[in-house]
Formats: sequence, structure tokens, C-alpha cells
Amino acid sequence: MSVHATSPQFKENAHEALHDAALQKALNNMRTGFIERRALAAAELPEFEALRDSARDIKKHTLQHLDLYLEAYEKKVTESGGHVHFCRTPAEANAAVLAICKARGARTVTKGKSMISEEMGLNDALSRAAINPVETDLGEYIIQLRGEIPSHIIAPAVHLNKEQVEADFRRVHTHLPKDRVLTEPTQLLTEARGVLRERFLAADVGITGANFLIAETGTSIIVTNEGNGDLTQTLPKVHIVLASLEKLVPTLEDVSQLLRVLARSATGQDMSVYTTLSTGPRRPDDVDGPEEYHVVLLDNGRSAMLGGEFEDMLRCIRCGACMNHCPVYHAVGGHAYGWVYPGPMGAVLTPSLIGVDKAGHLPNASTFCGRCESVCPVRIPLPKMMRHWREREFARHLTPAAFRSGLRLWAFFAKCPALYRFATRIGMAALALFGKRSGRFKSLPLAGGWTDFRDMPAPQGPTFQARWTKEKRAR
Amino acid sequence: MTSARDDILANIRRSLGVTGAEAPRRSNVATRLENAPRGLIPARGQIDPTARVALFREQAERAQASVMEVARRADVPGEVARFLRDRNLPATIRIGADSRLAGMQWGETALEVSAGRSNGGDPNAVSHAFGGVAESGTLAMLSGPDNPTTLNFLPDNHIVVVAASDIAGDYETVWTRLREQVGKGTMPRTVNLITGPSRSADIEQTLLLGAHGPRTLHIIIVGESV
Repeated sequence: MSVHATSPQFKENAHEALHDAALQKALNNMRTGFIERRALAAAELPEFEALRDSARDIKKHTLQHLDLYLEAYEKKVTESGGHVHFCRTPAEANAAVLAICKARGARTVTKGKSMISEEMGLNDALSRAAINPVETDLGEYIIQLRGEIPSHIIAPAVHLNKEQVEADFRRVHTHLPKDRVLTEPTQLLTEARGVLRERFLAADVGITGANFLIAETGTSIIVTNEGNGDLTQTLPKVHIVLASLEKLVPTLEDVSQLLRVLARSATGQDMSVYTTLSTGPRRPDDVDGPEEYHVVLLDNGRSAMLGGEFEDMLRCIRCGACMNHCPVYHAVGGHAYGWVYPGPMGAVLTPSLIGVDKAGHLPNASTFCGRCESVCPVRIPLPKMMRHWREREFARHLTPAAFRSGLRLWAFFAKCPALYRFATRIGMAALALFGKRSGRFKSLPLAGGWTDFRDMPAPQGPTFQARWTKEKRAR
Repeated sequence: MTSARDDILANIRRSLGVTGAEAPRRSNVATRLENAPRGLIPARGQIDPTARVALFREQAERAQASVMEVARRADVPGEVARFLRDRNLPATIRIGADSRLAGMQWGETALEVSAGRSNGGDPNAVSHAFGGVAESGTLAMLSGPDNPTTLNFLPDNHIVVVAASDIAGDYETVWTRLREQVGKGTMPRTVNLITGPSRSADIEQTLLLGAHGPRTLHIIIVGESV
């Protein structure tokens, strides 16, 4: 694992995030927009729900036959003049990329957005080899200037405000006039466009990710809105694609089904602006395009997820809808999760990839409200899988002693319904009595995590179970 | 030491509980790759050709492209000149070797025309699309000397000509046509599906046009739809 994980400190990270005023302001910008746009796009297409079923089934079918589709895909890539590099670990993948760059004597590498690159920690590996990696997605470029990792899988700089971006541009773009005006997003964009245009034209190697790989044709697909991925892969002499095993889909028809749910789920667009299908290097009579085409195909624990209770996670097409709809993500942002993938999909995937001992807190960072599953375009049962991780964490005695004894105490009462009803009745009555005057508690022993941020309402009337029994009798 | 490739395939097979030699699995895969069955196609694009062109136009405009319909191929140079003039853009264009474009009477306009790939200095480019997709207002562009990929991304303003008869309702119809042209299982180096001009919302979720690719996309639809 090449990216340093702070997932073990999730609680501390979350605490800091809740007190970070700039972060909370930035998160305010994203709490409603993504949700409204997705809902609108879904409502406009009558077949949307049926397409989600279709997308789920295509990914399921592909995973069940993944070995054979990989072989077919590799054959097609080779036939079209490209190369597939199978890599078990991030270290192997970094070595493969470095070998390709070194063979070309590369000094500068432009990069389109790739989460696999983050998994590999590729930018560090390139820098150590004296190769300069330049992120070209606007959000990725901004966070690279800040030495950060993405806080969102499709909006990497969603945690920042424009004033922070302005400060970074002024700090780094020292060749530009000091008195220039950079207060509006459009001025920031124009400046980045100008700076990066020179980089695109100067790069020796272009590295992109892949949203899909097509077995039928040996094709890789990137989906972007900016066009940075296309400039990255078209202008240099070498195009390297970073992808993980589960990006495979069988045919062009299958990918069309997935494309119909991807952008709608992600940004609420019918289609992203640029969906680019790349197959091999430039052809003999082509006047542009790369001379070499490489696919670095990373496993990093995915092959072991097949056939088990986390296989469904491999259907993920990285749209970001789960985090866009997650109340926990909305509260703490992406960095608190401490590794490459935040939000609900990260809470399930991260323990698989870096270990539940390091990432055990993440599956607990959920209210189990179920919104993530309700919007997932490939219908991944995210809450169910978070529960699987909690069970494993408990079984491996990774949960803290206080938590375990609390749970044991609760289990004792829960198994004796009469005792449970009695105890809750007493507890509720006591709380109701103490909270009678103001109707709420400003602080409670053992519940500071709740009452520091909001009041705890005092119970009113009898317990739910008591009301249930009474009203059932009345009917 | 076994190769990473063999290791990974063996791992997958161990996890799935298969050997890779099972005939039913192999035939599932071979059949799907061979037949490429169509999935669910939205009803939206399954309409008569005239309505299809109208839907394409509506969807492309929703994605912030501008669209003009002209009756004949011969009208294209005049429309390109008008578009550039109206927007106060330089009267220069770059085109590829596509005979449908190269054969046009550019001399009847005041446009300065250069040919070949772009190296970044061109304000405007004109390309010919392979087809269009009405359901999302998407253009399908093929790489090659006729329409170099650099023309789709480097110039500030991209003008794309598409024949009304090449506008399909859905992506699947475009793939069928592409297979007829280049053969099943093969592809041009690049197929660009383009829906509107370049944009980014990476700064405070504010949508801005012209991130790295063209700031404007102008589509000229040529001819009747049948």
C-alpha cells in the first residue's frame, strides 16, 4: 500500500472536520446540488430504474466470468498493437509505469483523473524517479498544488473554497502578474487552462484512468467533462491507462447500458461531455495520437473479493452518488475517511483493500439510513456490506472494550423482552422527569458526542412498545 | 516465480471456484462477445427521422451546444463563415482530409483554411461527425487523417458537421454502423462521443464552460433526415 492511510484515526479526523469552518462552508455547497440534479435526470428517463437493473446484471455477469473476459480483452488489446501489464500490487503497477516512462526517457507526465493512481501513490513514485507528474483535471490540479489527496471520487476539490484556490494559484503561478484579479471561479479556470495547456503540449507520456474496459474490442473508456483526459492521451508519444480488474464489460452494447446510468447518477447529466473510446496506438495513416498504448491492470486484492460477501462491491462504477447522498459524508467530508475512497463505497471497499484492522472505523461511520443503496446505479447493497464488516470487526475483537461490554449489556436486555421493557420504561420515565422543564437536554453523561452538536429531546409520553401494546388492544 | 498475469487469473478462478475450462462458461462468454445483445433502449430516441433530428437538436442545445440546420452540403462554408463572423471570431479554420469537407467551396467565403492536425495554435476547427445520437444530443467522431482527434480538443471553437441521415436514436445503432464500416471487434484508435462544449464544476460547484477543450461547440446538421 503506497498511500499513507489515516483511516485508523477516523474518529479524530471526523472531530477535526466538524470543527473546520472552511470545510463546513465548502460542504454546504454540495449538500443539495448533486442530489437535486440526479433526481431530475432520473425522473426524466422513464427507463432509469430498469436501466439500473440492467447495469447491475451486466456487472454481475462479467464478474462471474471475469477470468475469461480478461483473457479475451488482453487478446484484443494485443491484436490492436497495445500492451496489457497485469500487476498484483501497487508496487508492481508503479514499477510497470516507471519502466515504460524510463524506456522513453520521460521527464514530464501529464495525468487525467485516476483513482487507481491514488491507490498506487503513483505521483510519489514518479517524483522519486525524477519524473514530474502534472495532474490536469482542474480539481486534481488544485489538490496536487496543495499536496492533498482527493476528498471525493468525481469532485476531488469539493472540500475547498475559491479563496483557498486563489491563494494556491498566487503561491505557485509566480510567473503571472501579481496584480491580476482572481476572485471569480471563471478567472481561476482561465488561469489553470493557460498554465496546463503548455504542460499538455510538453508532456512525454500521458496517463489516464479508465471508467470501463471492453472485452469485445480491447478498448478503454474515459468519461470526462473538461477534455483534459483527451489532451493527456492524444498529445504525448505514449498513452498509459491505469485500470483495475473490475472495469471489464463484455461489449459496446453493455457499456452503452452503463453509460446511461453513470452520468445521470454522478452529475445529473444525460451524458458527460466527453466519452472517449481508445483502442491501441495510432494507426499507420493517423496524423495524431500516441505511438504506444499500455494498460496497467491492477488487482490489489480484488481477485480475492470475488465469490465472497464483498463481491458486489466490485460492481461499483465510481459515480459518487453514494457519497453525494450520505449524511455522514456531508458532515465530515472525504478526507476524514483517511484513504483513497471516501463515503459509503469507501467504507466498504477500503477495509477490503487495506485491511479491517486499519479501516474498521469506516463501516461504523454510517447511520444506516439506506440512501446510498437507494441511489446506487448498480444496486450495491452498501449498508448490508457495512454490517458484514462490523460483524467481522466484532468477531476479530477489533472493537474497543467499552463498546463490546456495552453491546453485551444491551444484548442481555434485548434477549429478555420483559426485562428490556421494564428497564426502558424506567429509563424513559427518569429522562422525562429530569427534562420536563426545558423539554430537552443540553448535555448528558456518556452522550457528549451527541449533545455537543445538538440538544437531546426529552422523552414525551410512554415508550413505543407501551403505545404499541395499548393501541393494538384498542383496535 | 509465476507471472503476475497467471497469478491473478488463478486467484480469480480460485475465488469463483472454477478452472476456466468449463464449457458452459466459455460458451456464455463467446456467445455474448459474438452476438453483442442489445440491452434496454430508451423509448425516447425510437421515433421517426424528422422527430429524431429535432430531439438531437434539443438535447445538444440543452448541453450548451449551438445548432444550425442547412439544406445542402454546399451551404456549409457559408454557415461556418456566418457563425465565426457573428461571434467576432478569427476567419480561419483547420480541417482534416475528409473529402466531404475538403471538397467544399471554401473559396466562396473569406475563410482562411488550413489542413491537418492541430498543434494548439488554431482558434477554430471544422470536423465531420460519423454520426449523432438523438437521445442525448451526442456526436460520434472517429479518429484518423480525415478528422484528426486533436481538432476535437485543441481549438477554442469546434464546428462539427453531421448528416441528418446519420443521426440515430441511440448509441447501439451507431455501434452497428461502425461494425459495418470497420469490422466486428475492431475499432479506430479513438472514438469520441461528444455532448456539448468542455466544462468544469470543480470550483465551488460552479458550472463553467471551456475547461480544457473547446469553449464553444457549433453543430451544423446537413440535409433532410431521410
